[in-house]
Amino acid sequence: MSTEVTLLGVRHHGPGSARAVAAALEQLRPDAVLIEGPPEADQIIMLAGEKDMVPPVALLAHAVDDPAKAAFWPFAAFSPEWVAIRHAVEHEIPVRFIDLPAAQTFALAGSPGGVPGGTSPESDAESDAESDAESEAESEPPAVLDPIGALAEAAGHDDPERWWEDVIEHRVPGADALAPFAAVADAMAALREHSADNGGRAAGVGRRDELREAYMRQQIRAARRAGHTRIAVVCGAWHVPALRAMPTVAHDRALLAGLPKKVKTDITWVPWTHRRLSQHTGYGAGIDSPGWYHHLFTAGSEPVARWMTRVAELLRAEDHPVSSAHVIEAVRLADTLAVMRGRPLAGLTETLDAVRSVMCDGSDIALALVHERLVVGDALGEVPDAAPAVPLQRDLARLQRSLRLKPEAEERLLDLDLRNELDVSRSQLLHRLRLLGLDWGMPSRSAVNSTGTFRESWRLRWEPEFAVRIVEAAQWGTTVEEAATGKAVEAAAKTAELAELTGLVEHCLLAGLPTALPAVMRVLADRAALDTDVAHLADALPALVRALRYGDVRGTDSSALDGVARGLADRVCVGLPPACTGLDADGAATMRTRLDAVHAAVGLLEPAVRQKQRAAEVASEAEAEAEAEGGAGGPARPGEAESLAGRWAATLHSLTRREPSAGPATGVPGLLRGRAVRLLLDDGRFDSEEAGRRMGLVLSTANAPADAAGWVEGFLSGGGALLLHDARLLGLLDEWLSGVPGEVFVDVLPLLRRTFAELEAGVRRTVGERVAAGPLGAPTVAAAVATADIDHTRADAALPTLALLLGLPATGQAQAAPRIPRQSDRRAS
Amino acid sequence: MTTLASESPTPDGAAAEVLRRHAEDAFAAELAALAAQDDRPRPERWRLSPWAVATYLLGGELPDGTVISPKYIGPRRVVEVAVTTLATDRALLLLGVPGTAKTWVSEHLAAAISGDSTLLVQGTAGTPEEAVRYGWNYAQLLAQGPSRDALVPSPVMRAMADGKIARVEELTRIPADVQDSLITILSEKTLPIPELGAETQAVRGFNLIATANDRDRGVNDLSSALRRRFNTVVLPLPGSLEEEVDIVTRRVNQLGRSLDLPELPGGAEEIRRVVTVFRELRDGITADGRTKVKTPSGTLSTAEAISVVTNGLALAAHFGDGVLRAADVTTGIAGAVVRDPVADQAVWREYVEGVIRERDGWKDFYRAAREHSR
Repeated sequence: MSTEVTLLGVRHHGPGSARAVAAALEQLRPDAVLIEGPPEADQIIMLAGEKDMVPPVALLAHAVDDPAKAAFWPFAAFSPEWVAIRHAVEHEIPVRFIDLPAAQTFALAGSPGGVPGGTSPESDAESDAESDAESEAESEPPAVLDPIGALAEAAGHDDPERWWEDVIEHRVPGADALAPFAAVADAMAALREHSADNGGRAAGVGRRDELREAYMRQQIRAARRAGHTRIAVVCGAWHVPALRAMPTVAHDRALLAGLPKKVKTDITWVPWTHRRLSQHTGYGAGIDSPGWYHHLFTAGSEPVARWMTRVAELLRAEDHPVSSAHVIEAVRLADTLAVMRGRPLAGLTETLDAVRSVMCDGSDIALALVHERLVVGDALGEVPDAAPAVPLQRDLARLQRSLRLKPEAEERLLDLDLRNELDVSRSQLLHRLRLLGLDWGMPSRSAVNSTGTFRESWRLRWEPEFAVRIVEAAQWGTTVEEAATGKAVEAAAKTAELAELTGLVEHCLLAGLPTALPAVMRVLADRAALDTDVAHLADALPALVRALRYGDVRGTDSSALDGVARGLADRVCVGLPPACTGLDADGAATMRTRLDAVHAAVGLLEPAVRQKQRAAEVASEAEAEAEAEGGAGGPARPGEAESLAGRWAATLHSLTRREPSAGPATGVPGLLRGRAVRLLLDDGRFDSEEAGRRMGLVLSTANAPADAAGWVEGFLSGGGALLLHDARLLGLLDEWLSGVPGEVFVDVLPLLRRTFAELEAGVRRTVGERVAAGPLGAPTVAAAVATADIDHTRADAALPTLALLLGLPATGQAQAAPRIPRQSDRRAS
Repeated sequence: MTTLASESPTPDGAAAEVLRRHAEDAFAAELAALAAQDDRPRPERWRLSPWAVATYLLGGELPDGTVISPKYIGPRRVVEVAVTTLATDRALLLLGVPGTAKTWVSEHLAAAISGDSTLLVQGTAGTPEEAVRYGWNYAQLLAQGPSRDALVPSPVMRAMADGKIARVEELTRIPADVQDSLITILSEKTLPIPELGAETQAVRGFNLIATANDRDRGVNDLSSALRRRFNTVVLPLPGSLEEEVDIVTRRVNQLGRSLDLPELPGGAEEIRRVVTVFRELRDGITADGRTKVKTPSGTLSTAEAISVVTNGLALAAHFGDGVLRAADVTTGIAGAVVRDPVADQAVWREYVEGVIRERDGWKDFYRAAREHSR
């Protein structure tokens, strides 16, 4: 009876196998075709005949209640299974999938003590759908067996993939199209026996395989009972011996009796890409090169010459001069290499070696392009509209229900309070959808005026075309979370701008995608490492630090983020001084904004450490001074150099010291130096005396007035009250200003005007009053006179009230030392 | 890679006076053994079949047990493509940074294929056209007028006439006009002699191996017409850390002996660190593959790593405490890395702060590097 069943053992996605299957089916003219695959798909298999159906496509099965439980069965044009399906559809022969139903595979994976194999699409795609002989063996940890490898080794080849290519894939079908299948079946039988000898049946084959094979046998029996007389079975070569043996029906029934209950499962066709064929399958060269395989399958005669012509076309399109002579030489070299290596036909390795040597001048960079565009390829499949809905759609509908967010075409506002869980989930959903390109919700300004970080406002409006976007997004995953994660990871890989990447990180945190974060952070770290532009780094840092704080609010783990932020800050520290050198006025102004932003960011990054340091500094002001004198780069104290704040301070120090020695191009502009001194002063790393000394140096006559004016602007920007509290500084400034020669004064006037215009009105007035009041040369004397004039008894009367206002213990011992308001204080408020 | 691993031919009494012997003499025994057992088809005027040439370069064991020492340690693909190129009568261009055994490979290829590695043109900025085509014996030219006898053939011309492999070293250093005189030779396989109204046509077996350095700037780039005549093979830097550490260690030992430096402890650890730093900066990624780093403008070849370590040994022996320490090598490393005082300095400091600082057990190295990079 078994003569009417022909078993065609194939390698999944092997173009040689596909050609052989086509020839075999042509010769056999079967009246039924059975294919290894999920039987749920029988109802939609006829869609494969539609003209809108363009491979690569995949069957996607998923559990209805849990779309994350899903498996893919990809088919490319060169997949033997696809060839068999098309043959059956074209000849109007019944075609059926005979593997274990996906419904039971999911149940198996879910049951305790069940069969190894994950539930994510990736792992399922590998261990289940892609059940190539090799990867199947891999899903059985106890006896890792590589059947093709073992065969290749027996044949004396060290590379199994190449051996298989030489022996099977590159073979042109001979007179008897069935002969090679018999040979492969025999080889596999020998291998299975061998492995059974070595570790018993269980170790060699595995329970999952036993179940699947039993099920397949049952299906073959059923087909026979249905009256088909010439049945062709297309399955992985590894299964052929088991399907050939045909034990008793009772044996298989007993095996299958243990199967768990089916999970409710839906199945549909989804578009696939060559790139995903190469990513998600676990077996080496076979699928590393879908583009090459597609070419081999479709090219017909002279595959190498045609391939080289395509390579030449691609390189020419990229402005790489390649002539026909190059193509000829490349083909010759590839063919000769194949002879030299003893291969029947130039394979991918030979053609790529030849392309590299002849067309790419030995460079791997141009070759990478060839690999990306041709060897893998950009092919994208299409699926007819009749295909059932994708699981992502279902997942979204489920979320919309559970989060009570109805899609409405009318615009409405939604205020979310992130302190309650429902709103957090809503916010995450909206953020995830935005990542997927579904702008259902757009962030908007809150109608309630509030600055709290826990409030988020959205404008919701559902557009009909979102349905299409969902289908597009289906390739990223089966649930919203999974799809958003996949999309974010891919977006990260494509993004070139550092600031965009940090934005993406922020987005990932907002959308609550912890699994995407590591991958995005990796890309971010890489880009940051290679970015030579400190400006980019400095721009990226604040967003990152902001994201870090957000992470805290939302309770996400952000330790990785912290690491990258610190790395970024380190790079900024190293690169900033050279980047600040020789800037013109505009450049200096933008750089000042960055300086402030980075300063704030560094402060936020290490609040705890900084606090401690400030305490230490108060204790040893002298040491700070020593450091200020002793020079920046060096670790004045060992602990200092280790902390980020310390290194940032060192960078600021080195900025202050880089005075232009000969012309503005040789040093850091005064604006930035003044700013750096001010930031150090605000942080308590300089005392006012030191700042005064520096100001005196800068304002001395030896310096160019324009530079000095810039210095003053940088120093005073963002708060001029300083001048009121330290009369010495004002005195210095006044003295310098009076000394500026007339013609130079006209030059620096705009700068000075701008500087003082930015001061607070009150400060400006008071400064003016002080200057108008008389000489500022001897402020201390004036102060002393003032002290002498005070009527102590009358002053004492005011003290208790003052103490009450300041919240001091009412002892009357209020401290009178003036405290310079620091910018950080203002920030903190 | 490369050169140093196998420079150990057995000294052969008689000819031992020369400082360095040609490859075909030094490895005459291996070549003879290969030729005797080579039953594969040989291209015309080749001493060995392409398979045997590949075996000669990559090493192996012959059926009769003769062991062929490996001349080139590196990817098999490189040698296979090179030999195949020569067999397809396309010229071969070996590219690579200094110290990747380009010359070494070309010499051995010529020795194995033609049994003669001496048909050599050394490319310099002053290489004249006569060195590539032919010159004249002026005494004869004046006495007898232009004739074949008065003609002095170049190595390339001799190779064409005899069907052998000619070698051109440092092709990109040769002025462009002289380079281009190779075009006719490579495409028409003929060398016209207009003075005599004659030509020399290449016989089968003739081919040309050129080497060029792809890292140098300010050299004469090949015209695309000439470039098209070559198949290019890039010789890579050592593939793994272990391989490179091995090469550096061997070479440092040899150099140390010849400089009469005492054997110092602590060397192995520092060599590993030097090679690690060189590789990481060269590859632009840390050894664990986790972090990317910027690449400085210098070559950072194995040869430079060797000189850094040798230098450090000398420092430690003469001025240090007799143990090779981090401080002895960091100066040299910084010198090798920082070629451009602004850009490279930033790269180096970033590397020190970003990578070395956090590495376990590298504290001393970090301190020393920091000290020197101020």
